[in-house]
Amino acid sequence: MNSLAPYWPSLAGGALIGLSATLLLLLLGRVAGISGIAGNLLRRPDEDWGWRAAFVLGLIGGPLLFLLLFGHPPALEIASSLPMLVIAGLLVGFGTRLGAGCTSGHGVCGLARLSPRSMAAVAVFMFTAIVTVFIRNHLV
Amino acid sequence: MRIIAALLSGLVFGFGLALSGMLNPVRVLGFLDLAGAWDPSLAFVLAGAVVVSAGGYLVSRRLARPALAPTFDIPASRRIDLRLIGGAALFGIGWGMAGFCPGPAIASLSLGYGKSVLFVAAMLVGMAAFRFMPAAPRARHA
Repeated sequence: MNSLAPYWPSLAGGALIGLSATLLLLLLGRVAGISGIAGNLLRRPDEDWGWRAAFVLGLIGGPLLFLLLFGHPPALEIASSLPMLVIAGLLVGFGTRLGAGCTSGHGVCGLARLSPRSMAAVAVFMFTAIVTVFIRNHLV
Repeated sequence: MRIIAALLSGLVFGFGLALSGMLNPVRVLGFLDLAGAWDPSLAFVLAGAVVVSAGGYLVSRRLARPALAPTFDIPASRRIDLRLIGGAALFGIGWGMAGFCPGPAIASLSLGYGKSVLFVAAMLVGMAAFRFMPAAPRARHA
């Protein structure tokens, strides 16, 4: 299937994300939700603070492992303006905590458990994201 | 051991993101732009991640406890309320504005882009601001 060739890295990368979630679940019994892991680092340290910090450090190290293995950094292009990034960051931070999850917690882990909450959350954030991009790219 | 396990899991996550191409906001926005030159990559990433993660979840249901912790701590709530829907809606708007969600944004910090740092700083402020939200009614009376 030549037409699918460009998507193999995406599928393999996704499978690795699933493997990461599986490791965290089977070893520590926790869900790999990045917004929850990062958000809870901002609270007063408890007995879970250490593994959360270690996970985030590993996450940040991931692109460096890519650089080491492939000899070039992964592509990254941030087109949004600085004010847009600030507003977007505030919305992503507040929204993921209020909604108790992001693309990883609800998207990957929640859908894998067929959680009705996560299915609803994914449908809503996909919808508002698609509408936002439509407005930005085709209306403004 | 728990620290090493979490570090390894985070590393696999970050490497997977880098390999998948989803570290790049432009690719993510390409998926979200249904009316433009649609890039289906994110669907493949999500499919791969959900299938493998579902396998892991099924294995966990056959285990009495995780290897390095006393119990499984998995969200059990099934309640779909205004907080869930409102939070997801706000998150989606921010995601659509920048093309960054928390995982890729944090992972990209190691690549040295000022814009990543700015986004993550704003995201942390947003997360910290959530602590000023009153608790959910049911939790407050629990």
